[in-house]
Amino acid sequence: MIIKLVKMSVINLLRIALKALQRNKLRAFLTMLGIIIGVASVITMMSIGEGSKQSITATFSNMGANMITVMPYNNMPMPGGVRLGAASVQTLTLSDVTKVKENVHNISAVSPGVSSSGQAIKGANNWPTSMQGVSPDYLFIRKLSIAKGTNFTDEQIRESAKVCVIGQTVVDNLFTNGVNPVGQIIRFGKIPFQVIGVLAPKGQNTFGQDQDDILLAPYTTVMKRVLATIYLQNIYASAVSENASSGATDEIIQTIRDNHHLRAGVENDFDVRTQADLIQTIGSTSSMMTTLLTAVAGISLVIGGIGIMNIMYVSVTERTREIGLRMSIGARGKDIMWQFLTEAVMISITGGLIGVTLGITASLTISNLLSWPTIISESSIIISFLVCALTGVFFGYYPAVKASQLDPIEALRYE
Amino acid sequence: MGFILEIKELKREFVVGSQIVRALKGVSFSVETGEFLTIMGSSGSGKSTMLNILGCLDKATSGEYLLDGVNVKQLDRDALATLRNKKIGFVFQAYNLLPRTSALENVELPLLYQKGVSHKDRRDRAMTALEQVKLADRYDHTPSQLSGGQQQRVAIARALVNEPVMILADEATGNLDTRTSYEIMTLMQELNQDHKKTIVFVTHEPDIAAFSSRTVMLRDGIVQRDTPNANIKSAREALNSLPVSDDYQIS
Ligand SMILES: Nc1ncnc2c1ncn2[C@@H]1O[C@H](COP(=O)(O)OP(=O)(O)OP(=O)(O)O)[C@@H](O)[C@H]1O
Ligand SMILES: [Mg+2]
Repeated sequence: MIIKLVKMSVINLLRIALKALQRNKLRAFLTMLGIIIGVASVITMMSIGEGSKQSITATFSNMGANMITVMPYNNMPMPGGVRLGAASVQTLTLSDVTKVKENVHNISAVSPGVSSSGQAIKGANNWPTSMQGVSPDYLFIRKLSIAKGTNFTDEQIRESAKVCVIGQTVVDNLFTNGVNPVGQIIRFGKIPFQVIGVLAPKGQNTFGQDQDDILLAPYTTVMKRVLATIYLQNIYASAVSENASSGATDEIIQTIRDNHHLRAGVENDFDVRTQADLIQTIGSTSSMMTTLLTAVAGISLVIGGIGIMNIMYVSVTERTREIGLRMSIGARGKDIMWQFLTEAVMISITGGLIGVTLGITASLTISNLLSWPTIISESSIIISFLVCALTGVFFGYYPAVKASQLDPIEALRYE
Repeated sequence: MGFILEIKELKREFVVGSQIVRALKGVSFSVETGEFLTIMGSSGSGKSTMLNILGCLDKATSGEYLLDGVNVKQLDRDALATLRNKKIGFVFQAYNLLPRTSALENVELPLLYQKGVSHKDRRDRAMTALEQVKLADRYDHTPSQLSGGQQQRVAIARALVNEPVMILADEATGNLDTRTSYEIMTLMQELNQDHKKTIVFVTHEPDIAAFSSRTVMLRDGIVQRDTPNANIKSAREALNSLPVSDDYQIS
């Protein structure tokens, strides 16, 4: 094909096709429109998809990428692997925490987790939130840090001390007068707690959750004084590294099974999730959405291609006399074929370029106006551009072949 | 002088449904280099069919056709196209210019299908051809901005630009009034006499044939008469004898 092309120089070919398109600019543009919209939407969809995927991943890493969470087993799995109502199932106890601490390698921190929802009150201000009972290691596990004051100590755990560490949102809602909250007494329900520390703010995560609406207290305090329970809702652990988390998970499962005296073949009465699992689950859900959106956008690209084919057919019919004339002055069948193919590809590539520009503009506008995270990947540009060019070749080929096979005399006589 | 084309027992049959239309039933004649031949005959006598075969747009069902010494029968579609590009210049009754395209670009067209002609070369040669038909000053006009006669002159320039060995015209004056027809014939005579172009001109008007050096009369697909013209009329004189109008002046 290349050798044949050289016969009639490529530049001439481009010149002929370009002149033919210039003779009907509006039509060329309308033909392009399908491709423009197709490419622009593919790029925009992919950038939204990629952007949200990365921000979800970032959120989870920010929450502690190495975190392993143990939950009581609940046999009502929800779609996407999220399970609800764990609090109503009571299988985890402090002895599990102790065993995990003793037996599991490759973990750097463990914390029990219990929680109770209620009102936090300071003077006339109150704020509905939930109190989490955890150990001091919880801060490490969740990558939280103290901005003011201190974390609670093992001593305070042992004493079931009525102390708490609060997040910025809780501060903002309870201490409206700008008083330093550290050292102040607040009430959670009826129980007074002394605020000993304030957490550094983290802001919202991708899901719009406020990560600063947080109220931490020693787990012993929450278990004895607030909930009066001996059961845990969670055990949190932190693997020494992301790679170690799967090995650590297996060990945790074995340790708790042993502690629960589960015989081989009996199902776990608890559930272990790593952050990596969650990232994967949510990531795959979001990439499914991306695929879906991109597929829809891709369909519009195909429709754009069919538009090109349609117009090229019309164009061949309409320009039958032109084709006859070109043949009579020496154009060979393949010259005619290349001309129409080049026209089709020029339309699709120009449409592709405009579409890419429009897609990038749309992505940037969306992230600016709606503050959605968007990431324009090079691959999405390259892929949609290539698809475009191929669309032109594919849908331009048959009209071009049809044109090349016309009989010059009949073509010249065509009315 | 040698023969530019020779045809022997040329036949052309069209199959239409179950019927066979014999458009040419065995035509033989030769044309010498530098001749100005008109092919005449009533409608349906096979003139266009003849010209299409001479122009390598169509192939004979049987018979021989030698163009500039080449036996056309053995050539394939692509080779015929190349032959048309190099050796033949067509002029049609309906001009067949590309719409919304300048006269210059229309004239350049045949050169676009030749390799090794540079952009500047193409421009220059097209401009020269336009000068030959006295339309150089209208080079940037599109067909819709030109009269019928001017359009036909652009078409003639397009037929000249590839320096063909012969010019074939099928009722090139068919759409034009007498005066404009004579202008075109003046141009044709000039090309024939001053530039030594061989011309085969199809017409069914005897006064047009009077400007040529020889007339082949077809009738029902056979040559009825083949007569040299002893008394070639000058198209310029004929033009000048028409009622005066300063529309067209030949320098
Ligand atoms: N493609 C074709 N299929 C069938 N018959 C054809 C075809 N082309 C020409 N003919 C027939 O061949 C005969 C000669 O046609 P041609 O066009 O050569 O006539 P012509 O002398 O040019 O007539 P006119 O002066 O009207 O242009 C006619 O009977 C015509 O019907
Ligand atoms: Mg005819």
